[in-house]
Amino acid sequence: MPRSILILVCLLFATSASAAGSYAPNGLKDVYFGEALYHAFQGNWFQAVARLDTELGQYRGVDEPALDTLYHHVGHAEFAVGDFELAYRMHHRAGRAISAVIEGNVEEPVRNEAVYRLARLYFQKDQPENALHALERIRGTVPASIRDDLAFLRGQILMANGRFAEAAPVFKELRSAKGLEGFAGYNLGIALLKEGKEQNGRESLDRTGQILSDSRSTLAIKDKSNLVLGYKLLDENAGENAKLVLDRVRLSGPFSNRALLGSGWADASQGLFERALVPWSILARREVTDPAVQEALLAVPYAYGKLSVHGRAALLYGEALESFGREVDRLGASIESVREGKFLQALAREELKQDSDWVVKLRNLPETPETYYLLELMASHDFQESLKNYLDLNELRKKLAAWEGDLDAFEDVIERRRAYYQPLLPEIDLAFRQLDSRIRLRLEQRDLIEKRLHAMLTAPRPDYLATAGERVVSEQIARLEQALAANGAAAPEVEERVARLRGVLVWNISTQYDRRLTDAYKDLRDLNQEVDRLKKQYAAFVRTRQAATQSYEGYGDAIRRQRTLIASAQEKETVLMARQGNLLETMAVNELTKRRERLEQFQITARFAIADSYDRAAKAQNQKGAAQ
Amino acid sequence: MSKITKLIVLGITAFWLILPAYAQEASKEQVKGLDEQVQEIKTDVLSIAAELNQLEEKLLYPSDTQIAIFVSMAEGEKFRLDAVTIELDGKSVAHHLYMFKELEALQKGGVQRIYVGNVRTGEHALRVTVIGKTEGGSDFQKVESFTVTKDIEPRLVGVVLAGTGIGSKTVTLKEW
Repeated sequence: MPRSILILVCLLFATSASAAGSYAPNGLKDVYFGEALYHAFQGNWFQAVARLDTELGQYRGVDEPALDTLYHHVGHAEFAVGDFELAYRMHHRAGRAISAVIEGNVEEPVRNEAVYRLARLYFQKDQPENALHALERIRGTVPASIRDDLAFLRGQILMANGRFAEAAPVFKELRSAKGLEGFAGYNLGIALLKEGKEQNGRESLDRTGQILSDSRSTLAIKDKSNLVLGYKLLDENAGENAKLVLDRVRLSGPFSNRALLGSGWADASQGLFERALVPWSILARREVTDPAVQEALLAVPYAYGKLSVHGRAALLYGEALESFGREVDRLGASIESVREGKFLQALAREELKQDSDWVVKLRNLPETPETYYLLELMASHDFQESLKNYLDLNELRKKLAAWEGDLDAFEDVIERRRAYYQPLLPEIDLAFRQLDSRIRLRLEQRDLIEKRLHAMLTAPRPDYLATAGERVVSEQIARLEQALAANGAAAPEVEERVARLRGVLVWNISTQYDRRLTDAYKDLRDLNQEVDRLKKQYAAFVRTRQAATQSYEGYGDAIRRQRTLIASAQEKETVLMARQGNLLETMAVNELTKRRERLEQFQITARFAIADSYDRAAKAQNQKGAAQ
Repeated sequence: MSKITKLIVLGITAFWLILPAYAQEASKEQVKGLDEQVQEIKTDVLSIAAELNQLEEKLLYPSDTQIAIFVSMAEGEKFRLDAVTIELDGKSVAHHLYMFKELEALQKGGVQRIYVGNVRTGEHALRVTVIGKTEGGSDFQKVESFTVTKDIEPRLVGVVLAGTGIGSKTVTLKEW
């Protein structure tokens, strides 16, 4: 039964999971978008929002968005971030993100899907008028995947705005829509009843109450239709029909206890108390914390009384009184336990959150007796929202504490780096400066050579390409020529020999000029390759050198700022968590108090009934004695 | 007595039929007000997270040495992934055992950042070991080796996993 209540909760309230309508795009190009989706698909909304927000922020900051990998998915990403924010219950931001999509230059189906989500957001936040205005912005093509959901939402919003006559045809159209079987029929019934079309409304609830399905959620709404219709008939003293309808409710569903109670009353209203004892007796043996079961504890002896079995009635009233007494004590202990903070401690237990049936498991914890009475409260929307906020705050608290630790570690890393690099760097810088000047000199020389070679293409200068030996020989010949010129008349054969030597030298240089120029170009190319390697090494060294300084310089302000922000967030979080916890405790204590007060009323009723039963039993005994 | 009891019973039952009627003393306004404040603090903490991530990246994984390895699954793959081990230059740098939710997230097209670290520019040996079960239910273990080149930009290496179909490679690299 508790599991069924959980199903009911899912039925009644759109949960965060339904907001996670995101999907991976075909041909994903942006790895960080993929990473955000990886977190989102696991329900890790904080990480999903943080990742995608950062990615979108960077995308908006680039000069040429078309070159960014997110460019291919930006519309999808903007949509998804709104979805994630909605799932993380940041409705304001989600609303802004979705509105941005609507205002943006997007295709009609995308825009309409965004409008649908915005309307759903308003509806969830109890703003039906805004939801209706949002829906009025839908134009043209609606994506097939949301067509039925959109229509269903429209119907719900119209109902929330009191426009039942308009809502009814919407639900009527959806009765056979996949996934909405039962829900459309139930809502149609309610809309028709509210519109004043009693007969049609009943017929719709009746049809829904006989729907065939294997789906747990459809079966639950089917039970609910029968329950609503059954109690309506019961109120109108149509006991026989009410009985037929209420007996259609499954014996194990979330509405079974109330159906059994009503079924008994349907019999009782026709004076069939013996028959009423059947459902009431089944009910009276169920979990005593359920309000219907507690009422059955009074209803069973009431039926016996009506059947004039006053002795048995008195006995059962006595048992009921005892049971109520035990439960009143238990409720008192539970209230105390909640006030001691045990309820909140139990709610925040890690191992429970891993389990989808955690609310049920919570009941089994010996230190949280209060949860026996709080299952229905815990299924209510306000409680669920407050609880999720409390758990989110608890997570934020852990994150903030962990980040403080991270900052300590960062500072430690920075100090270690400083201690390592600071003594080394001056020596390295000195060596680098010396090397740097040599490198510059060599690079200048290379540039000069290149310039000359280029010039030689248009104005050949063979002398530039003379080898070192040829230069030495040329100088020696020049010296000889100078000596001959200074001494005046020399032997002609000497002058001839010198001139021949000069001629040979010039001949060699001139005839080999082309080959030498080609070789020079080849050498220059080889040199260029070496220079490129040198430049790369140089750049790598400069980067590494910069990285060495950057590895410990310039973080102080950022870390201090982070510390301040974290401290401020922690302060706010502590206050908020206390208030949120207090709110949950107040809800729980109020609920428990209300249930205790009701039981105390039942105790009074039972005491009177015992006395009355004993009187009647005594009277009957006396009459019997007199008759004898 | 009977009328009173019936009234109580019907009254209470009607009360339970309408869920919103759990009229806690805590007012709607109070719940709403707190909810808005919680939203504000979430915004604050998200912005701290963003700045802290940037700081962490700058401090621990500067772009000229950063290498990040991402795991994804080929489209339509349904094999069960149990574990992935990543070795970089002969050292085991990441080992991940997959829970059902994580596997499902990968199958839906999510991308997992399995490792982020620092390496020098140049070539590095990458070895990926995948352990899992085929769609048919038989165990498999595949090891693939690659060479990745690190330049001065951050290096994002995609490791794409596929089943053990005939002719298909279990692990391939993808450039992100």
